[in-house]
Amino acid sequence: MRVYHFTEQPYPDAWVKDAESLRVVLPTKLLDPVKAADLYHEYLDAWQLCDEIGLDIFVNEHHSTATCLTASANLILGILARTTKKARLLGLGFPIANNSNPLRVAEELAMIDVISRGRLEMGFVKGVPYEVHPANSLPVRHTERFWEAHDLIMKALTTHTGPFSWEGEFFNYRNVNVWPRPYQQPHPPVWISANSVPSARPIAQRGHVLGTVMTGYKAKDLFDEYRRAWADSGRKGPVPFDRLCYAGFVGVGHTRADGNRRGDMVMDYLRTNAIVGEAFKNPAGFIPALPAAQMIKKTGKMMFMSHDLFAKDGRNLGAFSDADLQCSIDGGLMFTGTPDDVYEQMVDFYETVGGFGHFLMMAQAGRMSYKDTEENITLFAKEVLPRLKDYTKARAKSWGIPERAVA
Amino acid sequence: MLDNLPDAGPFLSVNAVKTEIVRRGQGRPLLFLHPELGLSPAAPVLDALGAHFAVTAPSLPGYGHSEFPRAWSSVDDLAYHTLDLLEALDLRDAILVGVSLGGWVAAEVATKSCERLAGVVLVNPAGIKTGDREHRDMLDIFSLPQKELEAKCFADTRFAAFDPQAASMDEVHIRMRNRETTVLLAWSPYMYNPKLAGRLHRIHVPSLVLWGTEDRIAPESYGRTYAQRIPGAKFQTIAKAGRFPHIEQPQEFARAVAAFAKDSGIAPRK
Repeated sequence: MRVYHFTEQPYPDAWVKDAESLRVVLPTKLLDPVKAADLYHEYLDAWQLCDEIGLDIFVNEHHSTATCLTASANLILGILARTTKKARLLGLGFPIANNSNPLRVAEELAMIDVISRGRLEMGFVKGVPYEVHPANSLPVRHTERFWEAHDLIMKALTTHTGPFSWEGEFFNYRNVNVWPRPYQQPHPPVWISANSVPSARPIAQRGHVLGTVMTGYKAKDLFDEYRRAWADSGRKGPVPFDRLCYAGFVGVGHTRADGNRRGDMVMDYLRTNAIVGEAFKNPAGFIPALPAAQMIKKTGKMMFMSHDLFAKDGRNLGAFSDADLQCSIDGGLMFTGTPDDVYEQMVDFYETVGGFGHFLMMAQAGRMSYKDTEENITLFAKEVLPRLKDYTKARAKSWGIPERAVA
Repeated sequence: MLDNLPDAGPFLSVNAVKTEIVRRGQGRPLLFLHPELGLSPAAPVLDALGAHFAVTAPSLPGYGHSEFPRAWSSVDDLAYHTLDLLEALDLRDAILVGVSLGGWVAAEVATKSCERLAGVVLVNPAGIKTGDREHRDMLDIFSLPQKELEAKCFADTRFAAFDPQAASMDEVHIRMRNRETTVLLAWSPYMYNPKLAGRLHRIHVPSLVLWGTEDRIAPESYGRTYAQRIPGAKFQTIAKAGRFPHIEQPQEFARAVAAFAKDSGIAPRK
């Protein structure tokens, strides 16, 4: 089991009360660059600390928003590639269907991998609906563009014999010849995020890591589908655990009250995440017409967003975006309390969904200070992670499932 | 990805693209191109136009139940399809009428060929760029909440009413598919072809730009510029109507088209 610390690098001072949208249209007059510099430094310091205490690093990106100041995951990973020594550097990631120039993405990824001496974990995401406006990317045929960008990047990183040309439906290049080539051969591990069951299949078919983010116990359905697709595509043996990843929230404290207090601070992510203007939540064509129509007929509303959260026993806990602390705990989204509490909750979740090899923990959100963040991740690294590693190692052995695809 | 719906009405195969067609009335042929909302076969405007003309009203590819080939992606594709349709039905000396996005398609058709056209009526058309690079000609319909969009499009928003619970699955599906096709065609550049304005001089048949005065998506000056670019084109307004005058004022709309045909010496035909 590897555990990655994650923050969206929020700018909470701009979370103005009653804002209709914290994304896409929020003016930057609400940002003080001096304050932003302080925050960036604190967030980078926390990731730097991970390198020293045995945690890995996870960075994502969003655009035109006060909820996430990481407008470029590659830029942050570029800094950390030089300043850290051991941590794996996961970008999950690069919204390649929204990026007009996947070749540039491939160049940056190769640089990060080389500078970090082979510590890049290369994640691609389809992105959320409200990213298409900032990126000006066409909402229709988004998935097709995603896979073309993926295929182009993979070929660009693994071709070492000089240039090739690419004349695709979405991208057109006369001379693809990426320098440097990646440090890890044939290429850094590839991750792709998915939050719906059918999306797990094409990831398994390619043998990439499936990253499911904040899906709660529904993660089991995705993992099961991944395992089926893995077998269907003729791969031998069980799915190694390092092909499966889950992302959730963490709040640890010396006392349960302190852990819950931190967990509640992380909940600010959920409280602000869905404050998005209506037109940006539902860009026409982002969800294909038929499933969109089915959703509308089901709910009676001309809107489609947010998945439901389910308890371990299958009970519907309501919309993900409306979850409170207790719902998040019950829904397998939040692991919080003392180190013992967190360990027990995680083991229980791990068993329920059938195991996984990577855990991405959002351990900072909202107004959580550096001091709280430091204690949150340090307690996790010292008091939870060693036990968790031992447990999952033994469990993998008892199930006869390899932890790693490549030893 | 645009899916294709099962058969649900009279279809014509136009260069192997299944195209839903409504036909009404008798007389001089009139080809009506619907706006981004699509076209209801029950729309009163069809009978209103049918009182003067032999109306052919297709659902454009990707709208209604009409097929949208996977290789297509632009208004240009729809314009060539419309030229194919004129040939397939052997329409001659036809009046081509298009509203909003349909007006854009009509303008593209007429700049490519007026061979089968006797006249062109562009109604609150999209398709050209008139402002500078820092000013959009039209409000971004893809950034407006639904209620606000309706208020900007209609003089009377009761014409925009849609109850997804009362509507059939097919109706909701079509509505979503029409949206999806519109975003595919008009997302970026937003609602225009950078080349079109420079080609409008090629429209050499009598033309009218008709403008619903309560359109708050695009200003009337946009419509006037459009008319100025087409040799000899007239500009005329239609009151108590927004961006879709054929929906809000179907009778007035049909009268305006008929009067234009008469004034332009486009004789009615038996």
